[in-house]
Amino acid sequence: MLHTIEQAVLRGPVGKTAGLAISKVSRRSFLQGSAAVFTIAAVASEARAFERYETGGNSMPHGLRYDPHIFVSIDADGTVTLVAHRSEMGQGSRTSVPMVLADEMGADWNRVTLVQAEGDEPKYGNQDTDGSRSLRHHVQSMRQMGASVRHMLASAAAKKWGVDPSTVQVGVHEVTSGTFRAGFGELAAAAMKEPVPAFEDLTFKSEDEFRYIGKGNIQIYDLHDITTGKAVYGADVMLPGMKVAAIARPPVLGAPPVRYDASATWEVAGVEHVLGLEVSIPPAKFAPLGGIAVIAGNTDAAIRGRDALEIEWGSSPHEEFDSAAHMAEMRATAAEPGNVLRTVGDPDGAFAGAAKTVEREYSQAFMVHATMEPPAAVANVANGKAEIWAPVQSPYGTRVDVANALHMDPADVTVNVTLLGGGFGRKSKCDFAIEAALLSQKIGAPVKVQWTREDDIRNGFNHTTSVERIAVALDAGNKVTGWRHNSVAPSILSTFAPDSGYQFFIESGMGHVDMPFEIPNISVENGKALAHARVGWFRSVSNIPRAWAVQSFASELAHELGRDELEVMLELIGSDRKIDIKAQNFPGDYWNYGEKDEVYPIDTGRLKNVLRLAAEKGGWGKSMPEGEGLGLAVHRSFVTYVAACVHVKVVDGLITVPEVNMAVDCGFVANPERVRSQMEGAAVQGMTIALHSGLTYENGAVLESNYHDYRMVRADNFPRVVKTHMVDHPFSVHASGAGEPGVPPIAPALGNALFHATGKRMRDLPFGDMV
Amino acid sequence: MANVRINGEDRALDGPDDTSLLWGIRDLAGLTGTKYGCGTGLCGACTVLVDGVSVRACQATLEEVAGKEVTTIEGLDADGNHPVQVAWRQANVPQCGFCQAGQIMQAASLLNETPNPTDEQILESMAGNICRCGCYERIVAAVRLAATGA
Ligand code: FES
Ligand code: FES
Repeated sequence: MLHTIEQAVLRGPVGKTAGLAISKVSRRSFLQGSAAVFTIAAVASEARAFERYETGGNSMPHGLRYDPHIFVSIDADGTVTLVAHRSEMGQGSRTSVPMVLADEMGADWNRVTLVQAEGDEPKYGNQDTDGSRSLRHHVQSMRQMGASVRHMLASAAAKKWGVDPSTVQVGVHEVTSGTFRAGFGELAAAAMKEPVPAFEDLTFKSEDEFRYIGKGNIQIYDLHDITTGKAVYGADVMLPGMKVAAIARPPVLGAPPVRYDASATWEVAGVEHVLGLEVSIPPAKFAPLGGIAVIAGNTDAAIRGRDALEIEWGSSPHEEFDSAAHMAEMRATAAEPGNVLRTVGDPDGAFAGAAKTVEREYSQAFMVHATMEPPAAVANVANGKAEIWAPVQSPYGTRVDVANALHMDPADVTVNVTLLGGGFGRKSKCDFAIEAALLSQKIGAPVKVQWTREDDIRNGFNHTTSVERIAVALDAGNKVTGWRHNSVAPSILSTFAPDSGYQFFIESGMGHVDMPFEIPNISVENGKALAHARVGWFRSVSNIPRAWAVQSFASELAHELGRDELEVMLELIGSDRKIDIKAQNFPGDYWNYGEKDEVYPIDTGRLKNVLRLAAEKGGWGKSMPEGEGLGLAVHRSFVTYVAACVHVKVVDGLITVPEVNMAVDCGFVANPERVRSQMEGAAVQGMTIALHSGLTYENGAVLESNYHDYRMVRADNFPRVVKTHMVDHPFSVHASGAGEPGVPPIAPALGNALFHATGKRMRDLPFGDMV
Repeated sequence: MANVRINGEDRALDGPDDTSLLWGIRDLAGLTGTKYGCGTGLCGACTVLVDGVSVRACQATLEEVAGKEVTTIEGLDADGNHPVQVAWRQANVPQCGFCQAGQIMQAASLLNETPNPTDEQILESMAGNICRCGCYERIVAAVRLAATGA
């Protein structure tokens, strides 16, 4: 998401490189097996190319790469080493993306080794792992590189054996022609010297020839390491002579430490340094918040020393911020007309002439990511170079930001990416890596910065709070003739540029201006709300409050009209069509997740299809016992369509979820097993959002501090059965992603189900786990 | 110096006796499989076995485990093939994986004490371990699988 924000801030071109020379690619030996055989006809006339389509990957900074030399090397023993250039945070990209390449080239996955790319976009192309983009942007390039390697192996074999290329077959990890047979390893050196074929000259596997793609039969690469404690996350990096820092950050944004007493800190055995870090105040992008750092020989001493500091914090323009008062202000703002972002027809006329109007207001509190792994990073700044080890979603962005903070050239900075113990957008922001770098530079030794859970809850980047007010006009026949949706929420942009109080195009594109209903008169509005917290993006971003509001409203409207919700939801969406964004007067800066509308249109047929599928699988319409109910919601986000049918059962006042049926249409699916795990995780996270996730600010500071008051859904009460129903598509139906779009429909479907179970309508997130 | 027996080895760790067991294991013994998630006994990411029973390492000190047998994820099974680990892989439990060492140690402790737990016992025993990625359904299935082989 970052690049688009920078675009919005700078109003300049994206994709500017930082003037880095492209590092030398390793031109080691290339491609060494038996089973399914794939015939390659290495000539253009026989080419069976898949139809290429353009994705937003091309316009991401540093775009995409198609040269297999960058991503593939093959040892003489046949070991295939593939580069994983996306960050792994649980979504599966580190496995699924290289798996596509491996399948297309004919590699045996058991003989594939992965190396994680360091942050180097001029070499690898875009690495910003965010926005549910990994497969959407890279499935084609991975197939192309895989096919290229297959062709190069075949050409090398044909030359070596002096046979007609058309007789050469590439099987699994081996190449044959008549009685000739060679493993990938034997041919690797010669294959590397073959020219990389043009796309047009490539043949591609037909879908029935895939062994891994679309099968879900490959386990995640790190599975054994994870289950044996060998997997390396940010805090697991240990360097010789490394010190550990814990930092006391301002409880109120921008409040400087005016006085502090470290005498108790110095009594903690192992404390070596107490250092000030410059305090920042938004807009400061990912600059560290600053404060007082305590550096010690181990983490225990660092945290104890930090906790023993007595600090008097100075004043800040945000010191009076109170989230309850702010919510009341946002509600008042939402009741007034906002800036109009999209108008269709004559909404004022429709409301003026309405036989009836229905109006409701929904809200969401601030949230934090609370990734299981709190932020942690290691830096070693020495001899004019900086090396970072960190769990970051955007390793190249981290490299540039660290270089800027250290006043170094990015060429002198290396960013190694560890596994991420959860990301959810938090680890797109590299403040913790910058902290480690600054401290290492100051003390001249390697430093690990460890955030405590309290730090994470109180000093994070918040998912914004919002009020969403929706009204419809109805005619005498109860037909919806007008729609007005005013969204009021502090903007992410306030972290990057002086705060206007208004949403920007990315936020507006997430379930607000792209509202897909077929209604003749529409007004999409945005009211002002200033930010007094550091706002950042959180998995699914603004789609969460918008789906919450719109899908809860659809259910309320159905109830108001005494009609079936499924019918009303389908009717609101209207006819099967690809929305004509011009005719529907979408704003000029309408953001379709960075994709062209022609390639990834809003397809209401697909939207309705997933809704019907979830409803059918969830048993919509069946009669439910007392205290139980079903609820529906559907939402398109990240160009993926997801619907949920949630079954709620209230047990002694406790909200429980026996079953969730999720229908997902994310185009062609490369790894259904990981799509399933993402939907399961989304159901859990969605339930946490609905019941628990809310931060409270008083006097500018966050009150919550750890998992006792910032609660998570746990094993004693979670969506017990999550059934994922994927709409099956061929490769020609453009792949999208699954990391984020599962989340938005959960809270509204849960709220709608709760209404049916209890008659109580929830409008404010979070609403607690008891009714 | 604190003397602690970890994974069958006597270790002299270079820290005060009241060092948290978690940071002793991670920073002083160099075993990083055990994770920090909250430091307050609320998440289970730091779960280890002390004499076969699950303990939140962040809530214990080195001196409290003196003379006892501490087992971390690295020592659960020499080849990483404890039935719980095997079941975890069969059920494809992990997403990001950060909570999983703690989950596995908690499940191992449960099965040490209760080889054939009911669903209710599984849910109750695992409720102290948060998985922010939301792998609970698979965690429960994997515990059942480890217990029953099905
Ligand atoms: S780190 Fe010990 S319970 Fe969370
Ligand atoms: S797998 Fe990520 S926290 Fe459990």
